[in-house]
Amino acid sequence: MMFASFLLGRLNFDAFKHPVVTEGAAVGMVVGALLTLALVTYFRKWPYLWREWLTTTNHKKIGVMYLIVSTLMLLRGGSDALMMRTQQATSVGSSHGVLSADTFQQVVSAHGTIMIFFVGMGFMFALINLILPLQLGARDVAFPFMNATSFWLFTSGMLLVNLSLVVGDFSTAGWLAYPPLSELQYSPSSGVDYWIWSLQIAGIGSLMSGINFITTILRMRAPGMKLMQMPLFAWSVLGSMSLVAFAFPILTVTLALLALDRTIGTHFFTAGGGANAMMYVNLIWAWGHPEVYILVLPAFGIFSEIVPTFSRKRLFGYTSMVAAIWGIVFLSFTVWLHHFFTMGAGADVNAFFGIATMIIAIPTGVKIFNWLFTMYQGKIRFTSPMIYFMGFVFLFTMGGVTGVMLAVPAIDFQVHNSLFLVAHFHTMIVSGVLFGYFAGLTYWFPKAFGFKLNEALGKAAAYCWIIGFALAFGPLYILGLMGATRRLDHYDASTGWHPLFLVAGFGALVISCGVALQILQIIYSVLTRSWHRDLTGDPWNGRTLEWATASPPPFYNFAVLPLVRERDDFWASKQLAKPSNVQPKYEPFLELKSTGAPIIIAGFAFVFGFGIIWHIWWLVAVGFVGIIATLIARTGNDDAERVVSVAEIKKVEAEIVARMEHV
Amino acid sequence: MRGSRRKLILLLLPVVVLVVVAVWYLSRTNIPVMEPAGQIGAKERNLIWMGVGLSVLVVIPVYVMTIAIALKYNERNHRTKKIQYSPDWDRSRLFEGLWWGIPIVIIGILSVITWCSSHSLDPYRPLDATVRPVTLEVVALDWKWLFIYPQQNVASVNMLEVPENTPINFDITSDTVMNSFWIPQLGSQIYAMPGMSTQLHLEANKLGTFAGSSANISGVGFAHMTFTTKSVSAADFNKWLAHAHASQHSLDTASYNQLAQPTIGHAVTYYSSVQPGLYNELVVKYMTPAQQGQVQLQ
Repeated sequence: MMFASFLLGRLNFDAFKHPVVTEGAAVGMVVGALLTLALVTYFRKWPYLWREWLTTTNHKKIGVMYLIVSTLMLLRGGSDALMMRTQQATSVGSSHGVLSADTFQQVVSAHGTIMIFFVGMGFMFALINLILPLQLGARDVAFPFMNATSFWLFTSGMLLVNLSLVVGDFSTAGWLAYPPLSELQYSPSSGVDYWIWSLQIAGIGSLMSGINFITTILRMRAPGMKLMQMPLFAWSVLGSMSLVAFAFPILTVTLALLALDRTIGTHFFTAGGGANAMMYVNLIWAWGHPEVYILVLPAFGIFSEIVPTFSRKRLFGYTSMVAAIWGIVFLSFTVWLHHFFTMGAGADVNAFFGIATMIIAIPTGVKIFNWLFTMYQGKIRFTSPMIYFMGFVFLFTMGGVTGVMLAVPAIDFQVHNSLFLVAHFHTMIVSGVLFGYFAGLTYWFPKAFGFKLNEALGKAAAYCWIIGFALAFGPLYILGLMGATRRLDHYDASTGWHPLFLVAGFGALVISCGVALQILQIIYSVLTRSWHRDLTGDPWNGRTLEWATASPPPFYNFAVLPLVRERDDFWASKQLAKPSNVQPKYEPFLELKSTGAPIIIAGFAFVFGFGIIWHIWWLVAVGFVGIIATLIARTGNDDAERVVSVAEIKKVEAEIVARMEHV
Repeated sequence: MRGSRRKLILLLLPVVVLVVVAVWYLSRTNIPVMEPAGQIGAKERNLIWMGVGLSVLVVIPVYVMTIAIALKYNERNHRTKKIQYSPDWDRSRLFEGLWWGIPIVIIGILSVITWCSSHSLDPYRPLDATVRPVTLEVVALDWKWLFIYPQQNVASVNMLEVPENTPINFDITSDTVMNSFWIPQLGSQIYAMPGMSTQLHLEANKLGTFAGSSANISGVGFAHMTFTTKSVSAADFNKWLAHAHASQHSLDTASYNQLAQPTIGHAVTYYSSVQPGLYNELVVKYMTPAQQGQVQLQ
């Protein structure tokens, strides 16, 4: 018995017993994973996969891998959303719906956690990785090794969240796990530990990415590119990553303190014992509010690229736009208390944070008007990214004014934690963040993969998303005013909420059609890729440097680093239209070799996390020692880089030319 | 231009139909927050209407501008008509000044409203009273609400009865995880937290029955943490007190510890007397060194 508990901690057979819904999902996931592994083995693709992908340090490949992981997570988080809508549409009066209260609360917590950390953050890092170095005219990010490590830590966290479906359970304490509910006394199972350690591991990856991209922007810009000549996407990433660098350490500490409470019995946030659970609420929102802007700023940046390109016009009010970004960055750290006006902080404090919150509406509004005036007197092409942009303007403005309403403490007292609030932040995150990323994905897809996505399916998907969103979340605003609070697994028929929950459920189905169309769009476009290859490298008549190289770009991005003289330099150079016959002068450069260390470190981090969650202390030691040992071994590797010779550059360039002529 | 106009009508028509259906549906639906039965709720409802009005003021111009620009400067129109195209026009002090300036003015006005309403509607601010206010001590439990009437020396579970037009001074705590105490038709909610006592001041200005609930997730029975609020005349309130006093249960340490055990869908229960100082003991016990498991009263 002693030996078993040493070997397995608190892990036992009960951890594998689940309600039938969870069991189904777990079996589906495990079978899917095994099938993928079997196929890779059958087609003998392991060496290729290891050499070209799992050990890569190239920003473009890392971007593609982020994209794959976050797409899978969008499906997982979306299924959670569908289950929630189904439960709330059916669990009324004497009927108790399809899920038990416990399962429903796990689904709610998993939906929020996955959508923010593994879909939002994942898509964001995917797009930044794919595009930022290209836009800056750089060969890679500042720290490619750290970049790969960030990605694999992100994946470790993702695996831990999903493992909770199979072994043990997930947190039932909501996506931010407020104590004392998330403390051992009230949540004794492994669920909250899964939540803590998956976020802790992924969060450290995010922090490293933040530092990496800040350095990349400050140090790796093409010769001649001044800060005020950067594309606005780069500015928005700089703003967002600055927030990461300041906010994520707070998350790390907060999670660590909660983990100490749960694991070794300290009293930071417990009920009693001189602890203060409300300190956690302050700390988590000191990270959580900037987190919203971490996600939305790059989406703003994407719109600032798309709107000028598809309006064939310079971005209106560049300086205002940059000022607005930094206004938002600064203000986002001064508003966290608006998430808990109802804690009873007193009128002066509440009023201060309410007013600070409203002030954010000013720079955000300025951005909307500048985009509209970029379109004004332009030549607008309504491609699917522009459809997303139009949906964004309509929904986000609505979300903005409901946000200003929520910022008035006296209004918040009546709608806090109601579905009105849920509707508000989904309006901001879906129309702001997701629509922005979808638009960016469609826009940059040909750059990353060498062919365009099908436009008809893309537009249909965008319309489904926009209409479905209005149907799914419009009723939630009303339900909030009708007294419906968030995270209810059941309600009484006398509330009169049922019809509106049915409409919301229908809206969720329309959004699902949008997702199905997006999947169809990708499959169809891959199958018919020979019809719409991008041979020019500039399929949209773009303005910024990422369009100055081939699609997909060679591993070094630019054979000769571009020289930048002005904003939208690539656009300006196209206007000159001077064919140059000068043979470019290639120079050799250093490239980081592929390395298995990042994935090995992340593997040990996964083992470490799993060990702590189940109190298997020898496994924790293995994970910890493994991480340190791998890092030391890597540090001692003097043969990490290789020289890319002029001959090799010439060979790759010749291949690109041949590829263009061949088709 | 004609094609895009037809498209616009196609897009707008369903929106208009939807809005009409929504307005029709809402006009015949009970919306508690918008139909308050107390002065605090009424003032908050007015603020919400102000917010809606402001939304219209901001949203309509943005929408009109967006649609107009999108229609006019569509690339297709450039082929058929002479339309201004200024690819290099990228700044204007006047326009940028306008959209920095106008929002600053709007937010400035809103800030004043926010400051004033934060103070006048502060949950901690006692209401002006012509009659003696009723004091109520509220304890959130797993998963039910305990209401103690210290002046009247009675208590009830999941049933809150209050006299009409009388200010109620709530002291609120939790003997479990954090909850949020909310009666939408009366107004403001406030957190119920273990080891802390928050205050809330409400008043019912109409007779009636209002739903109340917890607005913050508190575990597996969270959805069933609902209670009924009844606003009654002074005479009926006294009758109700007499009824509660006739209960055979009394609330002392033993029966409290029994009550504090987790239950879902606890029946309405009355207690004819309450051990003096019980509420304070419940708040203070969290400030003593932690004990294992459920913290009980000694």
